[in-house]
Amino acid sequence: MNWGSMIEFFAMGGKGLYVWGSYGVTFAVIAIEIAMLALRRRAAGHRA
Amino acid sequence: MPSANLQNESASFNWFKYASPQAFFPLAGAIAPWFAAFAAVLFVVGLYIGFFVAPTDAQQGESYRIIFIHVPAAWMSMVIYLAMAFWAGIGLAFNTRLSGMMASALAPTGAWFTFIALWTGALWGRPTWGTWWVWDARLTSELLLLFLYFGFMALQAAIDDPRRADKAGAVLALVGVINIPIIYFSVQWWNTLHQGSSVSLKSAPTMAATMFTGMMVMVFACWAYAIAAALWRVRCIILERELRTDWVRAYLGKQT
Amino acid sequence: MKPRHRRIALIVAGVAVLALAAGLVLSAFQQNLVFFFTPSQVAANEAPQGRAFRVGGMVETGSVKRQPDGVTVNFVVTDTAKSIPVAYKGVLPDLFREGKGVVTQGRLENGVFVASEVLAKHDENYMPPEAADAVKKAQATNQKATGTVINAK
Repeated sequence: MNWGSMIEFFAMGGKGLYVWGSYGVTFAVIAIEIAMLALRRRAAGHRA
Repeated sequence: MPSANLQNESASFNWFKYASPQAFFPLAGAIAPWFAAFAAVLFVVGLYIGFFVAPTDAQQGESYRIIFIHVPAAWMSMVIYLAMAFWAGIGLAFNTRLSGMMASALAPTGAWFTFIALWTGALWGRPTWGTWWVWDARLTSELLLLFLYFGFMALQAAIDDPRRADKAGAVLALVGVINIPIIYFSVQWWNTLHQGSSVSLKSAPTMAATMFTGMMVMVFACWAYAIAAALWRVRCIILERELRTDWVRAYLGKQT
Repeated sequence: MKPRHRRIALIVAGVAVLALAAGLVLSAFQQNLVFFFTPSQVAANEAPQGRAFRVGGMVETGSVKRQPDGVTVNFVVTDTAKSIPVAYKGVLPDLFREGKGVVTQGRLENGVFVASEVLAKHDENYMPPEAADAVKKAQATNQKATGTVINAK
C-alpha cells in the first residue's frame, strides 16, 4: 500500500491537481460521450 | 429478436451476413453491453493497480501516475484512426454500406481519445518538463491527428448524401494515415522533448513490472470501452440512415 | 438565407478554419523538426546564428551553481563530447537534476548560452526508488571496476 492516509492519497505527493485533473477530465469525457450517444439514440427513435 | 437470429446461425456462421446494416444492428446491440461491462471492470482493476499496487517513481514521484491513462489514450488515438481508415478504405474499395458507417462511428471516439492524450500530456508535462506544451514533433503530430479527426467529421457533416460523405471522408482518412507512423516514430526520427517509448515489441518494457501491468490493464479497458462506444454509435448511424426502411420502422414501432 | 444554405456556409467556414489550423500546425511541425541542437552541433556551427534556438543535452554533474543574487543559475550542458555553459534567471523545473536531460532555449552571447527557458527532459525508465538506488550502486561498482582495469594498464 502506497498511502498512509486519505489526505496523502489525494495530495499525490503535491501533484494532486495534475493527477486528478487528468483522471477527472478523462472520466468526464467518457460520461459526456455516453450521454451524447444516449441522446443521439433517442433522437433517432423520435424522428421515425 | 437477436437471440433467434444467433441460434439459427450456430451451425454455419456466415460472417458476410453481418455486412448488412440490418443484420449487424442486433448483433452490435447484443455484444456492446459485454464490452462496456469488460471496460468497467478493467478500469476499476487498472486504476487499483495504478494507484495502490504500483510503486512511486524514483524520478518523478507521484506525477508519473498520469501514465496509466495518458499512454492508453495516446495508443487508442492512433489505433482507432487506423481502424477508421481501414473501414473507410474497405467501403471505398468494395462499396459496402456498413464499412462507411463503421468509419463514421469510430471518428468521435478517436477524437475524444486524442483529446484525452493531449490533455493528460499537458498536465503531465507541466510538473515534469516544466511546460504545458511545446511544439516538438511528437506533440505537434498528435495535435494534427486531432485536426484530422475534426476534418473527417466536418467533411462528412458537410455532405448531405451519406454515400458521397463516406467516399469523401474515406479519401481524407486514407491520406491522413501517413500521420500515424509519424506520431509513433517521431521520438526516434527527430529530437523531441517527449521521451522515447517505454514499451516496444523489440525489447522488454523499461518500467517496473507492476507499473507495466497496471498500464496494460488500462489499455485493455480503453479497447473495450472504444469498441462498446463505436458499436453503440454505429447502431445510431444505422437507425438514422435506414429510417425509411420497413425494418427500422417496425423496430422503432416495437420500442415505443 | 435558407436554413440549408446557412448550414452549408457555417460548415464551409468551419472547414476553412480547420484547414488554416492544420496548416499552422504543419508549419510549426516543419520548423521544429529539429527541436533542439546538441552542444556538438553548436560547436560545429550547425545551430542558427544570431537568433534564439534550443540546446539539449545532459546537465553536467557538479556544474550547477546558484549565483549570490539568488535568481541566476549557471550550469553546463554536455553531450559528453562538447559542452556549453548556460546562464539562466528563473524557476527551474522539478525534474531539473545534475546528470539528467535538459532542453533550454536562448541565445549564445560571448560563448555563454543565455537561457530564457529551461525544460527538463526525462527518460522513459520508470522504477521504484529502491530499484533506482540499486541501479546507481551497480553503476558505481562498475565504474570502480573499470577504473581499476584502466589503472592497471
